[in-house]
Amino acid sequence: MGKWTRRAFIGAGSLVGGGFVLGVAGVAFAPGRHGVVSADAADKGGLTTWITVTPDDFVTILVPHCEMGQGSQTGLAMMAAEEMEADWDRVRIEEAPALDAYANAYMLRAFTGDAMPAPLGRAIDYGAYRLARWFGTQATGGSLAVRGTGYGMRVAGAAAREMLLAAAAERFGVPAHECAAARSRITHAWSRQSAGFGGLAKAAAAIPAPADPPLKDPDTFVIRRTSKPRFDIPPKVDGSVRYGIDFTLPGMLHAAVDIAPVEGGRLVSVDPAPAKAMPGVQEVVELENAVAVVADSYWRARKALAALRPAYDDAGHGGVSSATIFAAFDEALGDAPEMPAEAAKVVTADYRVPFLAHATMEPMACTARVEGDRAEVWAGTQDPLNARSIAAGALDFDADQVQLTNLMLGGGYGRRLPFCFDYVDLGVRIAKAMSPAPVKLVWSRENDIQHDYYRPAAMCRYAGALDPDGRPLAVAAHYAGGGDGESLFMPYSIPDQRFDGRRAPHHVREGAWRSVLNSQHGFFKESFIDEMAHAAGRDPYRFRRNLMGGHPRFRAALDRAAEMAHWGSPLPEREGRGIAVAESFGSIVAQVAHVAVSPEGRVRVRNVHAAVDCGDVVNPDSAAAQIEGGVIFGLSAAMVGEISIAGGRVVESNFNDHRMIRMADAPDVRVEFIRSDHRPGGLGEPGVPPVAPAVTNAVFAATGIRVRDLPIEKQDLSAPI
Amino acid sequence: MPIALTVNGETRTVDVEPDTPLLWVLRDTLGLTGTKFGCGIAACGACTVHLDSRAVRTCTLPVSAAEGMSITTIEGLAPDGALHAVQHAWIDQQVPQCGYCQSGMIMAVSALLAQRPDPNDAQIDAAVTNICRCGTFVRVRRAIHAIADGGKQEGRHG
Ligand code: FES
Ligand code: FES
Repeated sequence: MGKWTRRAFIGAGSLVGGGFVLGVAGVAFAPGRHGVVSADAADKGGLTTWITVTPDDFVTILVPHCEMGQGSQTGLAMMAAEEMEADWDRVRIEEAPALDAYANAYMLRAFTGDAMPAPLGRAIDYGAYRLARWFGTQATGGSLAVRGTGYGMRVAGAAAREMLLAAAAERFGVPAHECAAARSRITHAWSRQSAGFGGLAKAAAAIPAPADPPLKDPDTFVIRRTSKPRFDIPPKVDGSVRYGIDFTLPGMLHAAVDIAPVEGGRLVSVDPAPAKAMPGVQEVVELENAVAVVADSYWRARKALAALRPAYDDAGHGGVSSATIFAAFDEALGDAPEMPAEAAKVVTADYRVPFLAHATMEPMACTARVEGDRAEVWAGTQDPLNARSIAAGALDFDADQVQLTNLMLGGGYGRRLPFCFDYVDLGVRIAKAMSPAPVKLVWSRENDIQHDYYRPAAMCRYAGALDPDGRPLAVAAHYAGGGDGESLFMPYSIPDQRFDGRRAPHHVREGAWRSVLNSQHGFFKESFIDEMAHAAGRDPYRFRRNLMGGHPRFRAALDRAAEMAHWGSPLPEREGRGIAVAESFGSIVAQVAHVAVSPEGRVRVRNVHAAVDCGDVVNPDSAAAQIEGGVIFGLSAAMVGEISIAGGRVVESNFNDHRMIRMADAPDVRVEFIRSDHRPGGLGEPGVPPVAPAVTNAVFAATGIRVRDLPIEKQDLSAPI
Repeated sequence: MPIALTVNGETRTVDVEPDTPLLWVLRDTLGLTGTKFGCGIAACGACTVHLDSRAVRTCTLPVSAAEGMSITTIEGLAPDGALHAVQHAWIDQQVPQCGYCQSGMIMAVSALLAQRPDPNDAQIDAAVTNICRCGTFVRVRRAIHAIADGGKQEGRHG
């Protein structure tokens, strides 16, 4: 067994049966020091690992991120396999279990906006590590799977390659630097000796792990930058993949839940009798803010739940509505920002966006079994470690009394991130009431739409000033509903830029929604720059472009999107193109939307062209899919998405009133990547922010009507008679 | 009350209330979890199966209404170990993202193609009204056209 040292973060050892195991962590730990015991420690050699090589020549890569359909597991495995010179056809992927050892320190670094972590062997960021442990985080979110963890994966692959090379050199009796690795074989050309990874695995396990293995020159990549089919897809076409909601145990009971409709409200009373009289019902479980029916089948639980008439209080929020929330925003924003006295022209505009639900297609689900002082939990989460501590908190347990198995997610988009585990909290509380029977809680769609951690509603008051030549002198905004450096950033050289956040708190529960604050501010800022272009009498693409001298990456993306969409070519009446560009999660995305507005005012988006600079692209086809998905997700929000509040509670309840776009409204989406050696940026989120402004800017081009309040369908866009 | 169902070519007898939606019988009684729950109000298509080769949403369909009909779920779309043309195309075009909606999507598309081997875009839009939150529509359309084109090349129709 190789030693885990506090400096190297790389450990290696042998597997039972002659295999080789290598682990790299972005953190410092020694076996046992943090109580790290993997569930399959016996098979995996007692280490928590990222890569194993077995005598059958297969390389198995453990990926410390859950798969939400972004292809992150495949992408991360490609990064490791590339450095390792593994044969991609003989690579398997496994998801790491929820254990502290995988706490991903790098995610936090990426969130704090630091540069790429320094090589693991050289610089140790104890601060980030302690933070990661503090939060118990193992999150997949913020498009960070490839940004942060990828570096660790590369180092793991490179270390494994170096050790296999050293083992081969010893066997061949030649210097290691004369040997070459390719397609899971080490070859010494001159002496014509070669050996497969599997045959070398045992010997490699005895080589000391290098602390600082060299990484490949990107020009020599053979796996990355080529499109590889995703590992997770085949089981998704034949129904065999198991999501959290599909999990089942012998003797398992089923629970349906009704939750206090107003956030913060409590269950006042409920008469359990009508439910208890129904077939198959085992129990009516009263919780602080909810009531659950547990039955021998889910349908029976739901039917019985519908027979109950629970009464809740409204926590004093009964008077809150969307109107009162926006009125408070309006007041908090105050006067429009002041503009310089020398301005020849001043432009002002207010923008609003509503709350939005994530509405993952898989409703929240959690299976739990509580037995004495131990609990087991099965759920799909974007952060198994945090979900585990939420479960432990609900049961008054220590985290290590809870074992959490993370299952495939039927969509995340930020809904299943740290501190968004109300479904786990409810699930374990219900299971505790039914102990020791295992209970699966499945949320209804109504539960899901009405009890989300919503994309914050927001409002923004912009002002801009132009000089007599139409050059912008100043741009400033007051905003309510949140904002940060990245979301407020404008890539335009405008000398005077001011942003001022105002607070107007409300009780609606909020969270991170695909692209976080960028979906609101992307719309605000890219709408406003369009309005300034119009006020200056300039073409909105050229106006932006002329201000981008200091930001060549933005300019290149903007140019490419304009080219792809044949910007400027003539269009029929009531059709138009709109352009927008935004950076989020380290990736720059420019989009041109082409819309047609019917005389009745119906908007049809014909196509969206997206030019993306996300740095080095690991898996191009899967990257394109993420951008396509982001465009559709953002378009749903822009066209029809709205969660509204009345009487303190969410009005919408299911897909009949919280609508989504479907095939008929989905435009063709074309994606191109700009060749770039910058470090990989995110892909899951950055497709979203430019969509809404690209479409509303196009609607303006088509009709002369400026949509400043989303969703678009609220605005009358019919042709004047 | 026992109800006899024909699921993926096999006769299965289930003992459930006759108003139980077919969806929950498939998932919870028969363990065929490939058919998904998304909304429960026939609004999303996640629960789509074939009932006598028509695409039907099962979350609002009482199990009693399926008695005597032939039910095909995603698990039975192709014979054991093989893949249906739609499933092949879904892998070729890398359609699924999270995948949760895709059983229903594939069942809707395969029913459409059985009726119309070469649908135009308007026919696709009318027949495939499933929700996909991951936004795979672009590839769904591409994959449907690819299947139709493949069929043409093989001279099966058109
Ligand atoms: S679950 Fe049946 S249509 Fe949505
Ligand atoms: S692939 Fe995720 S909902 Fe369609």
